[in-house]
Amino acid sequence: MGEEIRGMNERVRKLRQQSVNTEPTISAERAILVTEAYRRYEGKVSAPVLRALTFKHLMENKTICINDDELIVGERGTGPQAAPTYPELCCHTLDDLDVINNRKTISFKVSEEVKKIQDETIIPFWQGRSIRDKIFCRMSPEWLDCYEAGLFTEFMEQRAPGHTVAGDKIYQQGLLDMKEEIADHLAGLDLAGDPDAMARKDQLEAMSICADALITFAGRHAQKARELAAEENNFARKEELLQIAAVCDRVPAHAPGNFREALQYYWFVHLGVITELNTWDAFCPGRLDQHLEPFYYNDLERGSLTRDRARELLQCFWIKFNNQPAPPKVGITLQESGTYTDFANINLGGVKPDGSDGVNEVTYLLLEVIDEMRLLQPSSNVQVSKKSPDLFLKQAGEVIRKGWGQPSVFNAEAVIAELLAQGKSLVDARCGGASGCVETGAFGKESYILTGYFNLVKVLEITLNGGRNPADGKMLGLDTGSPDQLGSFDNLLDAFEKQLRYFIDIKIAGNQAIEKLYAEEMPAPFLSLIIDDCLKNGKDYNAGGARYNTNYVQGVGIGTITDCLAALKKHIYEEKNFTWDELSGLLRENFRGQETRRQYLINNTPHYGNDDNYADTIMQDVFKRFHRTVDGRKTVRGGTYRINMLPTTCHVYFGSVIGATPDGRPAGMPLSEGISPAQGVDLQGPTAVIKSASKMDHLLTGGTLLNMKFTPRVLSGKKGLESLIRLIRAYFILDGHHIQFNVIDAETLREAQKNPEQYRNLIVRVAGYSDYFNNLNEKLQNEIIARTAHELG
Amino acid sequence: MIKGLIFNIQRYSLHDGPGIRTTVFLKGCPLDCWWCQNPESISPDPDIMRQPDRCLGCRSCVEACPEGAVRVGETGPVLDRSLCVRCLQCARACPAEALEAVGKEYTVEELFQEAMKDRFIFDNSGGGITFSGGEPLMQPDFLERALKAFQKEAVHTVIDTSGYAPWPIIEQMAALADMFLYDLKLINDLESRRYTGISSRLALDNLQCLVGHGAPVRVRMPVIPGINDHHSNIDAVAETLIECGLEELELIPYHNYGTAKYARLDLEYLPGTIEAPTAEKLGQVKTRLETRGIKILSEDD
Repeated sequence: MGEEIRGMNERVRKLRQQSVNTEPTISAERAILVTEAYRRYEGKVSAPVLRALTFKHLMENKTICINDDELIVGERGTGPQAAPTYPELCCHTLDDLDVINNRKTISFKVSEEVKKIQDETIIPFWQGRSIRDKIFCRMSPEWLDCYEAGLFTEFMEQRAPGHTVAGDKIYQQGLLDMKEEIADHLAGLDLAGDPDAMARKDQLEAMSICADALITFAGRHAQKARELAAEENNFARKEELLQIAAVCDRVPAHAPGNFREALQYYWFVHLGVITELNTWDAFCPGRLDQHLEPFYYNDLERGSLTRDRARELLQCFWIKFNNQPAPPKVGITLQESGTYTDFANINLGGVKPDGSDGVNEVTYLLLEVIDEMRLLQPSSNVQVSKKSPDLFLKQAGEVIRKGWGQPSVFNAEAVIAELLAQGKSLVDARCGGASGCVETGAFGKESYILTGYFNLVKVLEITLNGGRNPADGKMLGLDTGSPDQLGSFDNLLDAFEKQLRYFIDIKIAGNQAIEKLYAEEMPAPFLSLIIDDCLKNGKDYNAGGARYNTNYVQGVGIGTITDCLAALKKHIYEEKNFTWDELSGLLRENFRGQETRRQYLINNTPHYGNDDNYADTIMQDVFKRFHRTVDGRKTVRGGTYRINMLPTTCHVYFGSVIGATPDGRPAGMPLSEGISPAQGVDLQGPTAVIKSASKMDHLLTGGTLLNMKFTPRVLSGKKGLESLIRLIRAYFILDGHHIQFNVIDAETLREAQKNPEQYRNLIVRVAGYSDYFNNLNEKLQNEIIARTAHELG
Repeated sequence: MIKGLIFNIQRYSLHDGPGIRTTVFLKGCPLDCWWCQNPESISPDPDIMRQPDRCLGCRSCVEACPEGAVRVGETGPVLDRSLCVRCLQCARACPAEALEAVGKEYTVEELFQEAMKDRFIFDNSGGGITFSGGEPLMQPDFLERALKAFQKEAVHTVIDTSGYAPWPIIEQMAALADMFLYDLKLINDLESRRYTGISSRLALDNLQCLVGHGAPVRVRMPVIPGINDHHSNIDAVAETLIECGLEELELIPYHNYGTAKYARLDLEYLPGTIEAPTAEKLGQVKTRLETRGIKILSEDD
């Protein structure tokens, strides 16, 4: 890397400021246009064509926004931070809009005019007809009971299946090329002889309409840019606007011819996907460094691009992501995922389709952009393979240790092994990566849907209560007997598995109905253009058209449930330190007045996360049971069920519906998150956490999430960075899937001062000496807080 | 069976030798340094530390103590240390770790099992095991056997020592360990006696012998303001190193983060307060050493 000037130029600084400082608002434009389209076409055309005509209506009529000085153009809403709504999926009530407007965090301003439109136009048309309404109408009473009790969440009740990522197709083909392919397939249909041909015809025609619609959308940007250029007095900006027009004339109609066109093409596709439907995790360019590499070198060689100009374009591209907050959620879905982040997660490094090292110059350029931009969106991760050079990890580590949470780190070999285990081809596996939080997917070729978080600890709580939910006494599960009736720890585990299977059956029966609903009523013909092999199959993304189809159930609370079971095993069955009567009484009373007994449980139970086989084998056992209960079931789309171990922020919601637990956790407190140990119980340092976590068979999952906390001092200096890299490499040799690092900030330390129990594991390091934060007296804690604030500043 | 008394096993140690290491802290130290920030390491017997703010007032400790040495006052457990026989029953009985035992006996096999848990990271980082203290050479039989066990498995070992042990013991360990971290504090014998309770002669002679023996040695010097950072000591340190044929030194700035532990052991911290050296002071020490031909290593080197 040369010695170019790092940082942002004036243009980027201004655009970034606009993105960061603009208050998120709700825009009614999309809802109005969708309602108009449904009024005009519904009942007259097939479902895919209805969706395509709706998409066309949006692309032809939505506001075109070109912000001052930007180089990459296009907004989902009417401008930056303007979020549309999707009444066909989830029709907000006026109360919802008030909540969205008034809540302290993740709020969106809702104008009186928007409320009026919602009240007079949107609600009357969509009430009772949105997917959300239909889902709650069609679910069984058992499903509804479990949902309300917090046994699981449902992803599709207000956002559409998505969770997917673009492959390399759009860098090789323009939408006009895809239209030609569609025409060939249409010509080959045997409408008289093939009973499925009619459905294919509808789907292919819908896809063709969508291709034209996005080209029109780009054309409107070109036109707008020319209009602005005509009025522009600044000569340099006038030229830029004309360049924007020229780029929008070419892409997405044609394959991109250079670096800038590649970015703009992707961005139009991104807007298309997230405007068509409110897809989970928005959309993502995936292996951006590899996709851009040929354009980058080609342009450099031709002299039409410099490294600095490429960086500026990438920074402008980054801002476009940040301009699109995740559309507002409501109810439980807000609790499980409370953030503006929409989880587009750009992958760097990894391997190429031929298995060779994928790190290139654009990879390093992107790391610089991530570092300089420090934006909430897009997220980023590094895919580390055994072939990745240490320099790549070092550069990533330099960004990580600054402590603002990006990039996360993935094991490329583990991702490939997971995809191979699911039956993907080797090349498709190598082109895969991680999206959303940690989810494995074959980029550009797979529909992989997270269907909901699953509360493992709640299942245990219900098991311990003979099938009842202790929160309200309602019989939710099976009567498998109380722990003393069960007589042994193995019998308890078997009872847990019976309950688990019962609840998973309910969850998946619901999923099947929802999946069918989307396949029939809510196809995504535009997204289907981008993901192979929907076009070839003449089948929608939401109906099984993709090359691979996978559904996930995400297990939450593995650390907490392991500690609970370890406590039961040791104190009830082995050492009999408690009778079940006593322990269940303590749990019922939330340890009130029994702090001594609670502390006894905390301090005398082996915990997951300490490289202690007593606890870790229990973790393995629970994992195995969860895996065999879910894995291999068939989905409506012809795919397969798999498991993931990730929580987003759902461990907080799931904890709030569970009473006190045998590990000493008080009622309502959060569960452990991802596959991280429960809060504050890992006392043996980072290597012990990694050892414990790697005893899980990660390769049987579609993703696991491990969070580690460090104070800045532990990561400082050459040795701190080098050790971080060695720690990552070692975890990956043990087949760990993902690891991310939180650098503890002063605020967290203050929190630790107030709630020492939650932070028993927090080690602070000073030169040649380190101690648990809890062990320091208040004065010294304050000193470390002050210093930490300084280190991160 | 020979057992070692260990008061901490710290995994992911980054500054006690090369790579990522597990540091084993052996209890007992012949020195009595004024500034010591690990006072719990000094006694060769187990200790009990009090953390009164954790006390739940359950009186389990009072019931557990066979000697009547524990009572629970308004601010948590109080120990009459003159009656205490260090049986540790009180600490075992405490549910909240308000009384904590410092020092646990390990057989070589037990230590080996525990320390080898991080072998995967030793292998991946060029790390290994570091024996620190206290003064690890205070438990030579245990140390020797432990070193042999790790040597057999080709695990890299480091001894972090003050050099206060008879030469034959050090010589014996030098054949087994891969590296020494060697502390130089005060060269002048009177000053050494005053501030560490012991003559500096033995450690200085041993350093010379150890270097002559060919063992890799990295010398470290804690910089304690007002005690060992004056010109005559710094010059003497430089001279000592050069006489031994050494050119490098790591400076470890003093920190007072262990001071709170004195109260937990019901000990008085004699110096009252010593402030950590300022960056300026450290710079001066460094420059003075450098002009005398010593290369200053950072903890990264």
